[in-house]
Amino acid sequence: MTLEASASLLEIRGLSKSFPGVKALEGVDFTVRRGEVHALMGENGAGKSTLIKVLTGVYPRDGGTFRLDGVAIAPRSTKDAESVGISTVYQEVNLIPHLSVAENICLGRQPMRWGMIDWRAMARRAEAALARVDLKLDVHQPLASHSIAIQQLTALARALDVEAKLLILDEPTSSLDAKEVEELFQVLRKLRAQGMGIVIVTHFLDQVYAIADRITVLRDGRLVGEYETAKLPRVELVSRMVGRELTKMKAVERGTEAARHAPAPEVLLELRQFGRPGSIAPLDLTVGQGEVVGLAGLLGSGRTETARIIFGIDRARSGEMWLGGKKTAFRSPRHAIQEGLAFTPENRKVEGVIPHLSVRENIILALQARAGLLRPISRKRQGEIADEFIKLLGISTPGPEQAVMNLSGGNQQKVLLARWLAMQPRLLILDEPTRGIDVGAKAEIEKLVQSLREKGMAILFISSELEEVVRGCQRVVVLRDRAKVGELAGDAISEEAILHTIAGSSHAR
Amino acid sequence: MKPRIASQYIPLLATAVVLATLYGAGCASFHNFFSLRVLVNLFGGNAVLGVAAVGATLVILAGGIDLSVGSVIGFTSILIATLVEEHHVNPVLAILLGLVLGALFGAAMGCLIQWFELPPFLVTLAGMFLARGLAFVVRPDNLGIHHAFYAERINRDFALPLNSQVSWPFAATCFVTLFVGALWLAHYTRFGRYIYALGGDETSARLMGLPVARTKILTYTVAGLCSALAGVVYTFTTQNGDPAACVGKELEAIAAVVIGGTLLSGGVGYMAGTAMGVLILGLIQTLITYQNLNSWWTVIVVGLLLLLFILLQNVVSSLSGRLDSPGRHG
Repeated sequence: MTLEASASLLEIRGLSKSFPGVKALEGVDFTVRRGEVHALMGENGAGKSTLIKVLTGVYPRDGGTFRLDGVAIAPRSTKDAESVGISTVYQEVNLIPHLSVAENICLGRQPMRWGMIDWRAMARRAEAALARVDLKLDVHQPLASHSIAIQQLTALARALDVEAKLLILDEPTSSLDAKEVEELFQVLRKLRAQGMGIVIVTHFLDQVYAIADRITVLRDGRLVGEYETAKLPRVELVSRMVGRELTKMKAVERGTEAARHAPAPEVLLELRQFGRPGSIAPLDLTVGQGEVVGLAGLLGSGRTETARIIFGIDRARSGEMWLGGKKTAFRSPRHAIQEGLAFTPENRKVEGVIPHLSVRENIILALQARAGLLRPISRKRQGEIADEFIKLLGISTPGPEQAVMNLSGGNQQKVLLARWLAMQPRLLILDEPTRGIDVGAKAEIEKLVQSLREKGMAILFISSELEEVVRGCQRVVVLRDRAKVGELAGDAISEEAILHTIAGSSHAR
Repeated sequence: MKPRIASQYIPLLATAVVLATLYGAGCASFHNFFSLRVLVNLFGGNAVLGVAAVGATLVILAGGIDLSVGSVIGFTSILIATLVEEHHVNPVLAILLGLVLGALFGAAMGCLIQWFELPPFLVTLAGMFLARGLAFVVRPDNLGIHHAFYAERINRDFALPLNSQVSWPFAATCFVTLFVGALWLAHYTRFGRYIYALGGDETSARLMGLPVARTKILTYTVAGLCSALAGVVYTFTTQNGDPAACVGKELEAIAAVVIGGTLLSGGVGYMAGTAMGVLILGLIQTLITYQNLNSWWTVIVVGLLLLLFILLQNVVSSLSGRLDSPGRHG
């Protein structure tokens, strides 16, 4: 291998990609060297997945060039990409669970003999491929009979079975435990030593610093920069990902004087070492009446997972939850709702509003569910409730009978909020309530949260926008890599403090 | 983890047990049941269903469904009869034409399903009405085939005499040959394995770089060919073309496939199971005839058996279901 050849394996220059209404990537440069592990980092919507999908031919690109080994390439499908030496392992194991391990490795390139699949040769080839990832198992068994970690390694073995020069791993570790991650990294180190270029997308900072040689950060579809891992302190990395430069960070005005110096509120919700393996490590958390508690952390840090175990969507496996001085554990969201909890999920399209139903029907949904089908809320009462909330939240709609899908994102969010407020909940969990809505609507939602707090509601506020968290919360619980890493209160809350907490001790590395 | 390994074979095993039990029960209950004649009739009498079920298996394995089977049988049979009897076309040519049309019909449905992302249920439902209508356009009533090719070749020369009274009909040969071919296709060709992959997880199959579009269209093409072949076999066994033939045969074929242990959701199943499923349906009919019961009892028993197998599959797939992975949100 000559010296200049080792300089760069993959060169992407000026890559652009738009989807209707969104510029997903704009003039992005990305370079991967031979024999390095390169981390691709960024928050939600940064464009990591788009970059990978364009590179592997899943989406066509709008502009820019790819060079692999100095040769211009233009893959038009995953198969194309594989044939030039780019292999991908996706976050979800994208294999066929019911087929055997051997088939999953060799599918599409099965060895043939006399016009028939040579099953024996295939088994041998699969065993050889698995040996490259230090795995030895019965390749005749169906893939689904193995753990996710083994399935992930099988996917890796499949990726290596084609003469891969560049290996892309899209969040390969999100469903693995610490030991399994270390096994995977062993394999990656071996491949790196063999001169392979490896791109890894992950949200886990510890893992990035454990394996990556260099880091490229994207934000909002643009390149932020390319860095040597060893020369980039964690706090710098985090600040670049979230787009708040430490030096330029001005103190965000915090809530009202009264809010900051409010007397210690009466605790409504208390978690004691509450957790679920794979979701969130056991944590303590309290939310008082008339208090807004923020949950801050990067994407994948366990914010939503925490909300899900509180609300009974996922069952906690450890610890206790106390609500209003009573020990409880919700078996289901229905149970949580009966106890006076409300949860507006992050992805409102999928988990929240029902697009074809009217504003009135969407608002009334949870209320009716609690009352039971046998005690219908009268049409007149429904109309009154809907009108009340349309006015209270300033939902801009031609009328309560308008289908929710015709409303703007911000107004859909308000409809969702109205649904839960109609229940008069004791505790409101807001997961990214301002994502994807315009600035004006954001301010209104923030104002509304404050007025609900003043009325004595307990609110758990999840947001990626640090500014919002700093402005609106009395206390902030900081999460990293699915564990609580700190808690800030009162005047200690600032964007900088949160960033430092997320990054961990910045002197550690 | 260990019990999961065998779990995929449980439905197939259950099918084999049911088949053996039914056959054993027949032999034990009726003194003339254990005979070559009953066995030969089992294959000959169910050849149409068997051929249709092979096609249905492939489509279902690929995660789809084909409701046009019965109509295509009717269309093919009346087309061949009309061509041979009224237009004096060489029977071999007429049969070949019928097979080609069946394959094209299947290919057209496959293209609609693949390119326009239409649900297979609806596309093949439309195909069912279309083929049935076309059958009546060809000729509104049935027509016997008296050509020498049928009378002499198919029924005499191509039949294999087993002893002085019983001979193996050509229709049964068609069924067994197709079955062996399908066995090879499903387990020893790349196309066959792509069918399994497609039915197992279409998104993954695409991301694995497998030729998803080609596989899907080709699967419906082969299924259309099988339906047409079932129509040809129908003319062999009945010496007749009938535009109203085999109404609802597709459902019988699906029943045979499910009883044979193939999951309706696709990706899991065995061709061998389907052959056993066909024989089970045939055996039930034979047993009920021997019992001198009303033939509607066949339908009831098949219905119950089907229900039993669906329940079994449900239990098996929940046993082998993967662990739920936690959400991965912010």
